[in-house]
Amino acid sequence: MKTRHKRMAFILVGLAGLGVAAWLVLNALNSNLALYISPTDVLAGDAPKNQTFRLGGLVVEESLEREDDGLTVHFKVTDSANTIPVTFTGILPDLFEEGQGVVAQGKMQGGVFIASEVLAKHDENYMPTQVADMLEEGEKLNQQEQAGGSATVVPQTP
Amino acid sequence: MALKDSIAWYHFAAPKNFYPLAGKMIPWFWGLTIVLLLVGLYLSFFVAPTDYKQGESYRIIFIHVPAAWMSMLIYLVMATYAIIGLAWKVRLADMMASALAPTGAMFTFLALWTGAFWGKPTWGTYWVWDARLTSELILLFLYIGFISLQSAIDDPRRAAKASSLLAIVGVINLPIIYFSVQWWNTLHQGASVSPTMAPKMATIMLTAMLIMTVAFWMYTIAIVLMRVRRIILERERQTTWVMELLGDETVGEKDGRK
Repeated sequence: MKTRHKRMAFILVGLAGLGVAAWLVLNALNSNLALYISPTDVLAGDAPKNQTFRLGGLVVEESLEREDDGLTVHFKVTDSANTIPVTFTGILPDLFEEGQGVVAQGKMQGGVFIASEVLAKHDENYMPTQVADMLEEGEKLNQQEQAGGSATVVPQTP
Repeated sequence: MALKDSIAWYHFAAPKNFYPLAGKMIPWFWGLTIVLLLVGLYLSFFVAPTDYKQGESYRIIFIHVPAAWMSMLIYLVMATYAIIGLAWKVRLADMMASALAPTGAMFTFLALWTGAFWGKPTWGTYWVWDARLTSELILLFLYIGFISLQSAIDDPRRAAKASSLLAIVGVINLPIIYFSVQWWNTLHQGASVSPTMAPKMATIMLTAMLIMTVAFWMYTIAIVLMRVRRIILERERQTTWVMELLGDETVGEKDGRK
Protein backbone atom coordinates (compact mmCIF):
# COMPACT_ATOMS: atom_id res chain seq x y z
CA MET A 1 0.00 0.00 0.00
CA LYS A 2 1.43 3.32 -0.99
CA THR A 3 1.38 6.15 1.50
CA ARG A 4 -1.05 8.20 -0.57
CA HIS A 5 -3.44 5.26 -0.71
CA LYS A 6 -3.13 4.95 3.05
CA ARG A 7 -3.90 8.64 3.48
CA MET A 8 -6.87 8.34 1.12
CA ALA A 9 -8.20 5.31 3.04
CA PHE A 10 -7.70 7.19 6.30
CA ILE A 11 -9.69 10.16 4.98
CA LEU A 12 -12.50 7.93 3.67
CA VAL A 13 -12.78 5.96 6.93
CA GLY A 14 -12.75 9.23 8.86
CA LEU A 15 -15.50 10.65 6.66
CA ALA A 16 -17.62 7.52 7.06
CA GLY A 17 -17.20 7.71 10.83
CA LEU A 18 -18.16 11.37 10.82
CA GLY A 19 -21.21 10.57 8.71
CA VAL A 20 -22.39 7.97 11.20
CA ALA A 21 -21.75 10.35 14.11
CA ALA A 22 -23.67 13.14 12.40
CA TRP A 23 -26.54 10.78 11.62
CA LEU A 24 -26.76 9.67 15.27
CA VAL A 25 -26.66 13.25 16.55
CA LEU A 26 -29.33 14.38 14.10
CA ASN A 27 -31.53 11.44 15.02
CA ALA A 28 -31.18 12.24 18.70
CA LEU A 29 -31.99 15.89 18.06
CA ASN A 30 -34.82 15.09 15.67
CA SER A 31 -37.68 16.54 17.68
CA ASN A 32 -35.68 19.61 18.65
CA LEU A 33 -34.78 20.42 15.07
CA ALA A 34 -38.41 20.76 14.09
CA LEU A 35 -39.45 24.39 13.95
CA TYR A 36 -43.07 23.75 14.81
CA ILE A 37 -45.48 21.15 16.17
CA SER A 38 -48.57 19.97 14.29
CA PRO A 39 -52.06 20.18 15.84
CA THR A 40 -52.21 16.36 16.08
CA ASP A 41 -49.00 16.28 18.15
CA VAL A 42 -50.24 19.13 20.33
CA LEU A 43 -53.50 17.31 21.09
CA ALA A 44 -51.53 14.11 21.75
CA GLY A 45 -49.68 16.03 24.48
CA ASP A 46 -46.30 16.28 22.72
CA ALA A 47 -46.17 20.05 23.11
CA PRO A 48 -44.45 21.50 26.19
CA LYS A 49 -46.99 22.29 28.92
CA ASN A 50 -47.37 25.92 30.02
CA GLN A 51 -44.47 26.88 27.81
CA THR A 52 -44.07 28.75 24.60
CA PHE A 53 -43.85 26.63 21.46
CA ARG A 54 -44.57 26.98 17.76
CA LEU A 55 -47.70 25.58 16.20
CA GLY A 56 -47.68 24.96 12.45
CA GLY A 57 -50.22 23.94 9.86
CA LEU A 58 -52.69 25.29 7.33
CA VAL A 59 -55.17 28.04 8.09
CA VAL A 60 -58.65 26.50 7.77
CA GLU A 61 -60.71 28.06 4.94
CA GLU A 62 -63.27 30.63 6.13
CA SER A 63 -62.11 30.35 9.73
CA LEU A 64 -60.59 33.85 9.96
CA GLU A 65 -62.58 36.25 12.14
CA ARG A 66 -61.58 39.76 13.12
CA GLU A 67 -62.69 41.44 16.33
CA ASP A 68 -63.95 45.01 16.36
CA ASP A 69 -60.65 46.40 17.64
CA GLY A 70 -59.23 45.50 14.20
CA LEU A 71 -56.14 43.85 15.65
CA THR A 72 -57.34 40.69 17.36
CA VAL A 73 -57.97 37.79 15.00
CA HIS A 74 -59.24 34.27 15.47
CA PHE A 75 -58.51 31.46 13.06
CA LYS A 76 -58.09 27.71 13.06
CA VAL A 77 -54.93 25.79 12.22
CA THR A 78 -55.18 22.27 10.84
CA ASP A 79 -52.95 19.43 9.65
CA SER A 80 -56.07 17.93 8.00
CA ALA A 81 -56.43 15.41 10.85
CA ASN A 82 -56.88 17.77 13.81
CA THR A 83 -57.66 21.45 14.25
CA ILE A 84 -56.69 23.97 16.93
CA PRO A 85 -58.25 27.45 17.33
CA VAL A 86 -55.76 30.32 17.50
CA THR A 87 -56.13 33.85 18.85
CA PHE A 88 -53.65 36.55 17.93
CA THR A 89 -53.46 40.29 18.55
CA GLY A 90 -51.19 42.08 16.13
CA ILE A 91 -50.42 42.61 12.49
CA LEU A 92 -50.55 39.53 10.28
CA PRO A 93 -47.87 39.13 7.58
CA ASP A 94 -48.85 40.01 4.00
CA LEU A 95 -48.90 36.41 2.86
CA PHE A 96 -51.17 35.24 5.65
CA GLU A 97 -54.16 33.71 3.91
CA GLU A 98 -56.80 31.08 4.49
CA GLY A 99 -55.69 27.73 3.07
CA GLN A 100 -52.02 28.72 3.36
CA GLY A 101 -49.31 27.53 5.73
CA VAL A 102 -48.74 29.36 8.99
CA VAL A 103 -46.36 29.07 11.95
CA ALA A 104 -47.54 30.66 15.21
CA GLN A 105 -45.59 31.07 18.44
CA GLY A 106 -47.42 31.08 21.76
CA LYS A 107 -49.03 28.99 24.50
CA MET A 108 -52.06 26.77 24.87
CA GLN A 109 -54.68 28.19 27.23
CA GLY A 110 -57.79 26.12 27.76
CA GLY A 111 -57.85 24.53 24.33
CA VAL A 112 -57.06 27.80 22.54
CA PHE A 113 -53.60 28.67 21.27
CA ILE A 114 -52.77 32.26 22.28
CA ALA A 115 -50.19 33.39 19.72
CA SER A 116 -47.65 36.13 20.36
CA GLU A 117 -46.22 35.96 16.83
CA VAL A 118 -47.64 34.69 13.55
CA LEU A 119 -45.46 33.91 10.51
CA ALA A 120 -46.71 32.99 7.05
CA LYS A 121 -45.16 29.89 5.50
CA HIS A 122 -44.72 30.31 1.79
CA ASP A 123 -44.99 27.33 -0.55
CA GLU A 124 -42.56 26.45 -3.34
CA ASN A 125 -44.85 27.49 -6.22
CA TYR A 126 -44.03 30.50 -8.36
CA MET A 127 -46.50 31.58 -11.03
CA PRO A 128 -47.19 34.67 -13.14
CA THR A 129 -50.27 36.59 -11.97
CA GLN A 130 -52.07 35.99 -15.30
CA VAL A 131 -51.61 32.22 -15.08
CA ALA A 132 -52.97 32.19 -11.54
CA ASP A 133 -56.01 34.21 -12.66
CA MET A 134 -56.63 31.84 -15.55
CA LEU A 135 -56.37 28.82 -13.25
CA GLU A 136 -58.85 30.41 -10.87
CA GLU A 137 -61.34 31.16 -13.64
CA GLY A 138 -60.99 27.66 -15.00
CA GLU A 139 -61.77 26.27 -11.57
CA LYS A 140 -64.85 28.48 -11.25
CA LEU A 141 -66.08 27.36 -14.68
CA ASN A 142 -65.64 23.74 -13.64
CA GLN A 143 -67.61 24.31 -10.49
CA GLN A 144 -70.41 26.01 -12.43
CA GLU A 145 -70.61 23.15 -14.88
CA GLN A 146 -70.80 20.66 -12.07
CA ALA A 147 -73.37 22.73 -10.19
CA GLY A 148 -75.89 23.59 -12.87
CA GLY A 149 -74.35 23.03 -16.28
CA SER A 150 -75.42 26.48 -17.43
CA ALA A 151 -73.71 27.46 -20.67
CA THR A 152 -73.68 31.20 -20.04
CA VAL A 153 -70.44 32.40 -18.56
CA VAL A 154 -70.83 34.97 -15.84
CA PRO A 155 -68.12 37.61 -16.27
CA GLN A 156 -65.72 37.52 -13.38
CA THR A 157 -64.96 40.60 -11.38
CA PRO A 158 -61.33 41.53 -11.91
CA MET B 1 -4.36 8.83 -25.10
CA ALA B 2 -4.75 8.13 -21.39
CA LEU B 3 -1.03 8.59 -20.91
CA LYS B 4 -1.10 11.85 -22.81
CA ASP B 5 -3.99 13.13 -20.68
CA SER B 6 -2.32 12.22 -17.45
CA ILE B 7 0.84 14.01 -18.57
CA ALA B 8 -1.20 17.18 -19.22
CA TRP B 9 -2.86 16.76 -15.83
CA TYR B 10 0.47 16.49 -14.00
CA HIS B 11 1.89 19.27 -16.12
CA PHE B 12 -0.77 21.79 -15.05
CA ALA B 13 -0.80 20.61 -11.44
CA ALA B 14 2.54 22.38 -11.13
CA PRO B 15 1.94 25.98 -10.00
CA LYS B 16 4.61 27.17 -12.44
CA ASN B 17 2.64 25.82 -15.42
CA PHE B 18 -0.80 26.62 -14.08
CA TYR B 19 0.03 30.28 -13.48
CA PRO B 20 0.20 31.28 -17.18
CA LEU B 21 -2.74 28.97 -18.09
CA ALA B 22 -4.94 30.66 -15.47
CA GLY B 23 -3.84 34.04 -16.80
CA LYS B 24 -5.05 33.07 -20.27
CA MET B 25 -8.43 31.78 -19.00
CA ILE B 26 -9.34 34.74 -16.79
CA PRO B 27 -10.48 37.21 -19.54
CA TRP B 28 -12.74 34.54 -21.10
CA PHE B 29 -14.52 33.84 -17.83
CA TRP B 30 -14.91 37.57 -17.13
CA GLY B 31 -16.44 37.98 -20.60
CA LEU B 32 -18.90 35.14 -19.99
CA THR B 33 -19.73 36.58 -16.57
CA ILE B 34 -20.58 40.03 -17.93
CA VAL B 35 -22.69 38.75 -20.84
CA LEU B 36 -24.62 36.21 -18.73
CA LEU B 37 -25.10 38.68 -15.89
CA LEU B 38 -26.55 41.31 -18.24
CA VAL B 39 -28.91 38.79 -19.90
CA GLY B 40 -29.85 37.24 -16.55
CA LEU B 41 -30.56 40.56 -14.83
CA TYR B 42 -32.57 41.80 -17.81
CA LEU B 43 -34.73 38.66 -17.79
CA SER B 44 -35.05 38.80 -14.00
CA PHE B 45 -36.20 42.37 -13.70
CA PHE B 46 -37.87 43.24 -17.04
CA VAL B 47 -39.11 40.02 -18.65
CA ALA B 48 -40.10 37.68 -15.81
CA PRO B 49 -43.72 38.35 -14.78
CA THR B 50 -44.97 39.35 -11.33
CA ASP B 51 -45.65 36.44 -9.00
CA TYR B 52 -49.34 35.70 -8.28
CA LYS B 53 -48.90 35.77 -4.52
CA GLN B 54 -45.69 37.53 -3.54
CA GLY B 55 -45.87 40.34 -6.08
CA GLU B 56 -42.50 41.89 -6.92
CA SER B 57 -40.63 40.80 -3.79
CA TYR B 58 -40.20 37.31 -5.23
CA ARG B 59 -37.59 38.72 -7.64
CA ILE B 60 -35.03 38.32 -4.89
CA ILE B 61 -34.88 34.60 -5.80
CA PHE B 62 -32.91 35.53 -8.92
CA ILE B 63 -30.05 36.46 -6.61
CA HIS B 64 -30.92 34.39 -3.55
CA VAL B 65 -31.25 30.91 -5.06
CA PRO B 66 -28.16 31.10 -7.34
CA ALA B 67 -26.14 32.48 -4.41
CA ALA B 68 -27.33 29.67 -2.12
CA TRP B 69 -26.55 27.04 -4.77
CA MET B 70 -23.09 28.49 -5.35
CA SER B 71 -22.42 28.61 -1.59
CA MET B 72 -22.91 24.83 -1.44
CA LEU B 73 -21.22 24.02 -4.75
CA ILE B 74 -18.12 26.05 -3.87
CA TYR B 75 -17.87 24.26 -0.54
CA LEU B 76 -18.07 20.89 -2.28
CA VAL B 77 -15.32 21.87 -4.74
CA MET B 78 -13.24 23.32 -1.91
CA ALA B 79 -13.54 20.10 0.11
CA THR B 80 -12.63 18.05 -2.98
CA TYR B 81 -9.46 20.10 -3.41
CA ALA B 82 -8.80 19.66 0.31
CA ILE B 83 -8.98 15.86 -0.08
CA ILE B 84 -6.68 15.95 -3.13
CA GLY B 85 -4.30 18.21 -1.25
CA LEU B 86 -4.23 15.97 1.82
CA ALA B 87 -4.06 12.60 0.07
CA TRP B 88 -1.80 13.40 -2.87
CA LYS B 89 0.03 16.40 -1.41
CA VAL B 90 -0.69 18.54 -4.46
CA ARG B 91 0.25 22.09 -3.53
CA LEU B 92 -1.94 23.60 -6.22
CA ALA B 93 -4.99 21.83 -4.73
CA ASP B 94 -4.31 23.47 -1.36
CA MET B 95 -3.98 26.83 -3.08
CA MET B 96 -7.25 26.32 -4.99
CA ALA B 97 -9.05 25.47 -1.73
CA SER B 98 -7.83 28.68 -0.09
CA ALA B 99 -8.69 30.69 -3.22
CA LEU B 100 -12.27 29.37 -3.20
CA ALA B 101 -13.08 30.09 0.44
CA PRO B 102 -13.63 33.89 0.34
CA THR B 103 -15.97 33.65 -2.67
CA GLY B 104 -17.89 30.83 -1.00
CA ALA B 105 -18.24 32.89 2.15
CA MET B 106 -19.44 35.86 0.09
CA PHE B 107 -22.16 33.82 -1.65
CA THR B 108 -23.25 32.31 1.68
CA PHE B 109 -23.56 35.77 3.16
CA LEU B 110 -25.42 36.99 0.07
CA ALA B 111 -27.89 34.08 0.34
CA LEU B 112 -28.53 34.76 4.04
CA TRP B 113 -28.80 38.51 3.57
CA THR B 114 -31.16 38.47 0.57
CA GLY B 115 -33.16 35.75 2.32
CA ALA B 116 -33.61 37.95 5.37
CA PHE B 117 -34.88 40.84 3.24
CA TRP B 118 -37.29 38.51 1.47
CA GLY B 119 -38.38 36.94 4.76
CA LYS B 120 -39.53 40.20 6.31
CA PRO B 121 -42.32 40.99 3.80
CA THR B 122 -43.13 37.33 3.09
CA TRP B 123 -42.94 35.48 6.39
CA GLY B 124 -43.14 38.47 8.69
CA THR B 125 -39.65 38.06 10.16
CA TYR B 126 -36.04 38.59 9.08
CA TRP B 127 -34.75 35.48 10.80
CA VAL B 128 -36.05 32.29 12.32
CA TRP B 129 -34.00 29.44 13.77
CA ASP B 130 -35.28 26.75 11.46
CA ALA B 131 -33.08 23.93 10.16
CA ARG B 132 -32.48 25.45 6.70
CA LEU B 133 -31.50 28.92 7.90
CA THR B 134 -29.40 27.63 10.78
CA SER B 135 -27.45 25.10 8.68
CA GLU B 136 -26.72 27.77 6.05
CA LEU B 137 -25.45 30.03 8.85
CA ILE B 138 -23.19 27.17 10.00
CA LEU B 139 -21.87 27.01 6.42
CA LEU B 140 -20.85 30.67 6.72
CA PHE B 141 -19.08 29.87 10.00
CA LEU B 142 -17.29 26.95 8.32
CA TYR B 143 -15.99 29.25 5.58
CA ILE B 144 -14.91 31.84 8.14
CA GLY B 145 -13.31 29.11 10.27
CA PHE B 146 -11.42 27.80 7.23
CA ILE B 147 -10.11 31.26 6.37
CA SER B 148 -9.13 32.15 9.95
CA LEU B 149 -7.48 28.78 10.61
CA GLN B 150 -5.40 29.23 7.50
CA SER B 151 -4.27 32.71 8.44
CA ALA B 152 -3.64 31.70 12.06
CA ILE B 153 -0.89 29.21 11.11
CA ASP B 154 2.24 30.72 9.59
CA ASP B 155 3.64 27.62 7.88
CA PRO B 156 1.56 27.25 4.68
CA ARG B 157 1.88 23.44 4.68
CA ARG B 158 0.61 23.03 8.21
CA ALA B 159 -2.04 25.66 7.60
CA ALA B 160 -3.24 23.76 4.53
CA LYS B 161 -3.36 20.49 6.46
CA ALA B 162 -5.38 21.88 9.36
CA SER B 163 -7.82 23.86 7.24
CA SER B 164 -8.27 20.95 4.80
CA LEU B 165 -9.34 18.73 7.68
CA LEU B 166 -11.85 21.35 8.77
CA ALA B 167 -13.18 21.67 5.21
CA ILE B 168 -13.60 17.88 4.89
CA VAL B 169 -15.37 17.53 8.23
CA GLY B 170 -17.71 20.36 7.26
CA VAL B 171 -18.95 18.46 4.20
CA ILE B 172 -21.42 16.76 6.58
CA ASN B 173 -23.27 20.07 6.64
CA LEU B 174 -24.02 20.07 2.88
CA PRO B 175 -26.64 17.27 2.81
CA ILE B 176 -28.09 18.76 5.99
CA ILE B 177 -28.61 22.12 4.26
CA TYR B 178 -29.99 20.53 1.11
CA PHE B 179 -32.40 18.06 2.72
CA SER B 180 -33.29 20.12 5.82
CA VAL B 181 -36.59 21.24 4.26
CA GLN B 182 -37.57 17.59 3.70
CA TRP B 183 -36.27 16.04 6.91
CA TRP B 184 -37.75 18.53 9.38
CA ASN B 185 -40.58 21.00 9.30
CA THR B 186 -39.11 24.39 8.57
CA LEU B 187 -40.41 27.86 7.82
CA HIS B 188 -38.32 27.86 4.65
CA GLN B 189 -40.28 26.36 1.76
CA GLY B 190 -39.31 23.18 -0.02
CA ALA B 191 -37.30 23.14 -3.23
CA SER B 192 -39.01 24.64 -6.28
CA VAL B 193 -36.36 23.12 -8.52
CA SER B 194 -34.88 19.69 -7.89
CA PRO B 195 -33.36 16.93 -10.03
CA THR B 196 -36.21 14.52 -9.29
CA MET B 197 -39.30 16.69 -9.84
CA ALA B 198 -40.74 18.97 -12.48
CA PRO B 199 -39.94 22.59 -11.54
CA LYS B 200 -42.68 24.33 -9.59
CA MET B 201 -42.19 27.69 -11.23
CA ALA B 202 -42.96 29.33 -14.56
CA THR B 203 -40.43 28.57 -17.33
CA ILE B 204 -39.30 32.18 -17.81
CA MET B 205 -38.65 32.54 -14.08
CA LEU B 206 -36.68 29.30 -14.11
CA THR B 207 -34.68 30.36 -17.19
CA ALA B 208 -33.72 33.68 -15.60
CA MET B 209 -32.69 31.90 -12.40
CA LEU B 210 -30.56 29.33 -14.23
CA ILE B 211 -28.81 32.01 -16.33
CA MET B 212 -28.03 33.94 -13.13
CA THR B 213 -26.62 30.72 -11.65
CA VAL B 214 -24.28 30.16 -14.60
CA ALA B 215 -23.27 33.85 -14.43
CA PHE B 216 -22.36 33.47 -10.74
CA TRP B 217 -20.49 30.30 -11.62
CA MET B 218 -18.41 32.01 -14.32
CA TYR B 219 -17.74 34.90 -11.92
CA THR B 220 -16.53 32.40 -9.32
CA ILE B 221 -14.09 30.78 -11.77
CA ALA B 222 -12.77 34.15 -12.93
CA ILE B 223 -12.23 35.60 -9.46
CA VAL B 224 -10.84 32.33 -8.02
CA LEU B 225 -8.30 32.04 -10.86
CA MET B 226 -7.20 35.61 -10.16
CA ARG B 227 -6.91 34.86 -6.46
CA VAL B 228 -5.03 31.59 -6.98
CA ARG B 229 -2.51 33.39 -9.19
CA ARG B 230 -1.77 35.76 -6.34
CA ILE B 231 -1.51 32.85 -3.89
CA ILE B 232 0.87 31.02 -6.25
CA LEU B 233 3.17 34.04 -6.40
CA GLU B 234 3.04 34.46 -2.64
CA ARG B 235 3.75 30.84 -1.70
CA GLU B 236 6.26 30.20 -4.48
CA ARG B 237 8.14 33.45 -4.00
CA GLN B 238 11.37 31.61 -3.12
CA THR B 239 11.44 29.73 -6.44
CA THR B 240 13.54 30.88 -9.35
CA TRP B 241 10.64 31.11 -11.81
CA VAL B 242 8.73 33.55 -9.61
CA MET B 243 11.87 35.59 -8.97
CA GLU B 244 12.53 35.72 -12.69
CA LEU B 245 8.93 36.64 -13.42
CA LEU B 246 8.82 39.37 -10.81
CA GLY B 247 12.32 40.42 -11.75
CA ASP B 248 11.05 41.11 -15.24
CA GLU B 249 8.02 43.02 -14.07
CA THR B 250 9.45 44.94 -11.15
CA VAL B 251 13.10 45.59 -11.81
CA GLY B 252 14.96 46.64 -8.71
CA GLU B 253 12.08 46.14 -6.28
CA LYS B 254 13.35 42.82 -4.95
CA ASP B 255 14.81 44.45 -1.86
CA GLY B 256 11.41 45.57 -0.72
CA ARG B 257 10.36 41.98 -0.18
CA LYS B 258 10.50 40.50 3.29
